[in-house]
Amino acid sequence: MSTEPGGVPAPYGRPGAPPPPPERPGTALRERANYLSAGYGVKSWLLTTDHKRIALLYLVSITVMFAIGGIFATLIRLELITPQGDMVQSETYNKLFTMHGIIMVFFFLIPSIPAVLGNFLIPIMIGAKDLAFPRLNLLSWYVYVVGAVFTLYAMITGGVDTGWTFYVPYSTHYSNTKVVLTGLGIFINGFSSILTGLNFIVTIHKMRAPGMTWFRLPLFVWSHYATSLIMILGTPVIAVTVLMVALERGLHLGIFDPALGGDPILFQHLFWFYSHPAVYIMILPSMGVISELVAAFSRKTVFGYSFVAVSSLAIAMLGFLVWGHHMFVSGQSVYAGLVFSGLSYLVAIPSAIKVFNWTATLYKGSISLDTPMLYVIGFLGLFTIGGLTGLFLAATGLDVHVTDTYFVVAHFHYIMVGGAIMGYLGGIHYWWPKISGRLYPEGWGRIAAIIVFVGFNLTFFPQFVLGYLGMPRRYHYYPEEFQVLNVLSSAGASILAVGYLLPLVYLTWSMRYGRRASANPWGARGLEWEIESPPPTENFLVQPIVTDKTFQYGAEEEAVIV
Amino acid sequence: MSSGGETVHAGATHHPELRHHFESMAGQHEASAFGMWVFIAQEILFFGGMLTAYAIYRNLFYDAFAAGSHHLDVKLGTVNTAVLICSSLTMALGVHAAALGKRKATALFLLLTIVLGSVFLGIKVVEYKDKFEHHLVPGAHYSAESLRGAHGEELPADTARHSEIFFALYFSLTGLHALHMIIGVPIIAYMAWQAWRGRFGPAYYTPVEITGLYWHFVDIVWIFLFPLLYLIPHHA
Amino acid sequence: MFSGFPLFPPQASTLAGRVDALYFALLAISGFFSILIATLVVVFAVRFRRRSEAHLPRPIHGSLALELTWTIIPLFIVVVVFVWSADVYVASRRVPPGAMEVHVVGKRWMWKTQHMTGQREINELHVPTGVPVKLTLTSEDVIHSFFVPAFRMKQDAVPGRYTTAWFEATSPGTYHLFCAEYCGTKHSQMIGSIVVMEPGAFQTWLAGGVSGSPAEEGQKLFQSLACITCHRADSQGRGPRLDGLFGRPVRLAGGSTVVADADYVRESILNPTAKVVDGYQPIMPTFQGLVSEEGVMQLIAYIQSLQAPGAETTAVPGAGGNKLQEGGASPAPRKP
Repeated sequence: MSTEPGGVPAPYGRPGAPPPPPERPGTALRERANYLSAGYGVKSWLLTTDHKRIALLYLVSITVMFAIGGIFATLIRLELITPQGDMVQSETYNKLFTMHGIIMVFFFLIPSIPAVLGNFLIPIMIGAKDLAFPRLNLLSWYVYVVGAVFTLYAMITGGVDTGWTFYVPYSTHYSNTKVVLTGLGIFINGFSSILTGLNFIVTIHKMRAPGMTWFRLPLFVWSHYATSLIMILGTPVIAVTVLMVALERGLHLGIFDPALGGDPILFQHLFWFYSHPAVYIMILPSMGVISELVAAFSRKTVFGYSFVAVSSLAIAMLGFLVWGHHMFVSGQSVYAGLVFSGLSYLVAIPSAIKVFNWTATLYKGSISLDTPMLYVIGFLGLFTIGGLTGLFLAATGLDVHVTDTYFVVAHFHYIMVGGAIMGYLGGIHYWWPKISGRLYPEGWGRIAAIIVFVGFNLTFFPQFVLGYLGMPRRYHYYPEEFQVLNVLSSAGASILAVGYLLPLVYLTWSMRYGRRASANPWGARGLEWEIESPPPTENFLVQPIVTDKTFQYGAEEEAVIV
Repeated sequence: MSSGGETVHAGATHHPELRHHFESMAGQHEASAFGMWVFIAQEILFFGGMLTAYAIYRNLFYDAFAAGSHHLDVKLGTVNTAVLICSSLTMALGVHAAALGKRKATALFLLLTIVLGSVFLGIKVVEYKDKFEHHLVPGAHYSAESLRGAHGEELPADTARHSEIFFALYFSLTGLHALHMIIGVPIIAYMAWQAWRGRFGPAYYTPVEITGLYWHFVDIVWIFLFPLLYLIPHHA
Repeated sequence: MFSGFPLFPPQASTLAGRVDALYFALLAISGFFSILIATLVVVFAVRFRRRSEAHLPRPIHGSLALELTWTIIPLFIVVVVFVWSADVYVASRRVPPGAMEVHVVGKRWMWKTQHMTGQREINELHVPTGVPVKLTLTSEDVIHSFFVPAFRMKQDAVPGRYTTAWFEATSPGTYHLFCAEYCGTKHSQMIGSIVVMEPGAFQTWLAGGVSGSPAEEGQKLFQSLACITCHRADSQGRGPRLDGLFGRPVRLAGGSTVVADADYVRESILNPTAKVVDGYQPIMPTFQGLVSEEGVMQLIAYIQSLQAPGAETTAVPGAGGNKLQEGGASPAPRKP
C-alpha cells in the first residue's frame, strides 16, 4: 500500500524532479478522467453531490466574501491613517468595522478550512467515496449562499452598525440599521455550519475504511472532528440568541429590555457561550492543516501524535467553559471572573502542547522550505505570539486595562489571521496539486508567503502597543498621540493586501498554465497521495485497506524511542 | 495504487435505495440514524438557549411568572399535551408499519399523525387569539390588566411590568416549538405519500424512522414546555 | 527605543504599577517562549534541511517525558500568573473604606459625573491625589464603559443597574477618559479628562461648586414625589421609617434579611414589591419613569444622610455598604 522508502519522487521545482506524467495513449482528452472532467455544464456544478466539487463551490464563495471583508478592512485602515474621522462619516465607519467583522467571522473564517479543505479531503483521508450525506453537503452550500445573499443585501441597502457582537440594548432599541435582516443572514448561515459539522461527525464515525482505526486517523481529521463537535453544540445557541434579538427588535418581545426588568448582560452570556467556542472552530482546522504539513515537509510523522489528537478534543471541551472572559468588566461578579480566568488559562495548555509537538517534529527531520512549509513556520511564530497574548487577557487584573482596546484586536488577529489564515493558505498550496491537478509556481508562492508574514506583523504588532497605551477599539476618531502606530499598522495592511492578492493571481493562472501534477508531488504520506491528481470522482477505484505503513516515512524498524 | 485487492460490493444486485458511497444498507441506515441523533443534540442546545433565559427570569421574577402562567388555559394545554402524545403513538405505529412493509397502514398512521399535529396547532391558534384579545402580546399594546396575583388581586406595577417578559418567553418558546411542528408536517406528508407508493419495507424504512425521531423530539420539547409555562404555582 | 515614544500610559494610580508589573512579567514570559520556539524552528529548519530526496529520517514517535515536561511547566507558570493576577484583580474590585463617592451616568454621548458635594461635571472629573474614589456608574441608554488608561481602570456602565469601580490617583495631571464599549455614532467622541489635583488645589476647586449637594437635591425630590406621606418620621406611616436605615440589616416578609445599601434602596424605589419589609403591606407604587437615574442617586444620598434619632450626626457621604460582588466591603452598621 505505501511507497517503499527510497522510492520517493522528488518534489517539483527541484533539480531531478520527475517530468509530468505521460499522456496515456488513446485518451481523447489531454488528461485522464477525474472529478473535474466529469461534467462541464453549469448544472453539473450546481447540482453536484461530489464532495470535491462542493469544496470548490465553497472555495469560490468564500474567496468572494474574503475580498468583500478585505475591502472593508482596507477602508478602515485608510481612515485610521489620520486621527480625525475625515474620510467617511462616523455612521459609515461604524458600519465598516461591523460588516468587516461579520463577513470575516461568519462568512469566511468559520467555513474556510472545513468547507473547502475538510469537504475535499476528509472522505479521501479516511478511505471513503464521499461524505455520509452528499445531498446535505450541497444543501449546506446553498444555505451558505442564501445567508450570504441576505447579509450582503442588508449591507447594500443600508448596512448594520452594531459591531459584530451586536450587544443589547444598542442592537435592539437604538441602532437605526438593518439589524434584523443581517441577523437573519447570520441565522441562516448558522445552519450551513451545523449541517457541515453533522456531516463530518457521522462520516468520521461511520465511514472509515477497514484498518482506519481512530488512532490512525490523520490529525487533520481529528481536528475537524473536534471542530464539528463545537459546530453542532455551539451554533444553535447563537442562532437562538440572534432570534431573540430579532424578536425583541421586530416584535417587541423584550427579553433583554432593562425597562421591563430584562438583563442586557444575559445577552452577553448567551452570545459569548457560542462566540468563544467559535474561535476554536476557526483555529482547530488550521491546527489540523499544520499537523499534516509539518509531517510532510519534515518527512516524519508528527511527534506525540496521540497527545496532539487528544489536545484537539480538550480544546473543544474546555472552550465551552471560558466564555466569561469576554465579560470581566461587564458587571459580572468577582467570583465568576476568577473562575473564568482560571479555566481560560487551562484552555491554553493543550495549544501549547501542540506547538511543542510540532516543533519537536522538525527535530532530525528532512526539512524542505517549500511554500506550505513557509506558512507552517509563519504559523508557529504568529500563533505562539497570539496564544501567549491570550494569557495577558486571561489575567483579570490586566484584562481590566486592555479589554475593549486594540490589544484585544491585535490578539485575535494574530490567531485568526496569523494562525488560521496562514494554515488555510498553507493547506491550499499543499493540496493544490491534488485539487487542481496543476503545480503552482513555487517561486511566487514563497515570495507571497514572506510578504504575508512581513505585512501581517507590521499591521498588527503596533496594535498591541496601541492597546496598552489605551486606544479603545471601534474608534473612528482617536487622540493624536496614537497616530504614528496607526500609520505603521496601515502601511503593513497595504503590504498584507499584496501578499493576499498574489496567490489569487498565480493559483488562478496555474489552473490553465501550471505544470501537471503527479499523484504525489511532495513525496508525502496519506491516502490522498495514493490517488491521482486530480482524483477520480469516486476517489478510490478499490476500497483501501489501511495499515500503519500508510503513514510511515522512515523505516519503522529504525524508529527512535526518546 | 490501493491495497490488496479486496472488493466490497456484495454482489451484482444492490437494493435500489443504496447510495453509491455506502458499502451496505446496514451502513447507510446506521449513518442516517446517527445523523438524526446528532441533529437532535443540536436542537437541544437550540431550545436550551431560550430555556436558560426562561430559568433566569423565572428565578428573578417569580410572581410575575406565576401570574402569567395562571392566565394560561391549563385545560387546553392538557388537551394539547394528550394530542401530541397520541401523535407520537401514531408516528411510532407508522414507523412500525413501514418496517413491516404495510404501505396502507403506514400512510394511514402518518396521516393520523398529521391530523393530530394539526389539532395541536389549531388549539395553539385559539390560545394565541385569547392572548391577543387580553392584550397579553408583548409590545406597545401590552397590558397586565387581566392578570391576577395569588389571591386574585391586581398585580403591583413592577410585577405587571415583568409579566411582559413571561409572555415574551411564552410566545418565543411556543412559537419556536410550533415552527418545528409546521416544518415537520409537510415532511410527514411526504413520507406518507412515499409510503403509499410502496417505497418502504423491511430492508429500507430509514426516512420514516428518522422522521419519527424528529417528531418524538418535538413531542418531548412540548412535555417540558407544558409544565414550565402552564403549571407555575403561585407562592403560598 | 525612541526617547519619548510611549509604550505604556503614565502610571497615575496606586494600582497602575501593579498592573504594569504583571504586564511586564507576562511580556518576559511571552518573549522567552516566543524566542525559544522561533530559535528552535529556525535552528531545526537549517540544521535538518533536506539534503537528499532519497533520505527518509528515522521515525521518532514521541516521548512521554517531554510531554509531561511541557505540560507541567506551562501549567505551573499559568497557575502562578493566575494567582498573581487574581490578587491584583480582587484589589481592583474591593473598594477601600473611606472612599470619596462620585456618581457617574453615561449617556449617548457624554459622561455626567457628580460629586457628593454637588459639583456636576460633563466629560470631566476632578479628583484629589491620595484619596480613594469610588465610582457608582449607570447608563441612561446603552452599555458604555468608563476607561481611564492612566489608572489602568475600566468599568462598564449598564442601563438598569449600578456598577462600581474605584481608584486612588497618585500623580497630578490631566488624563484621558474614554468610552470603551461601542455605543453608536459618536462612540469615539465620548471622551474627556480626569483632572487629578493636589488635595489643596482640589479643595479650592470644590469650593467653587454650585448647586445643592445630592443629599439636598434628594430631599427636595423626597418632598415633591410625596414619599413623605408614607415614609413618615413617626411610626404612623404606611411605609417603614427611613432614618438610620442606610447600612442596617432589614428584615423582609418571608423571613430573609438584607442590608439596606444603595442597590436595595434603588430597587425599592423602582421595583418596590421585590423586597417587602416584614410587617408592611406591598402597596408602594413604583417610581420607574417618574424619577431619573440621577434623581435616584440623589434620593439615595438623602436617605443615607438620615440619621437615626439619638445617633451622632456624623454624616459620612460615601461610606455606604455594598454587596461584596460590587467590590465594596460593608462598614459596620450604625447602631439603631
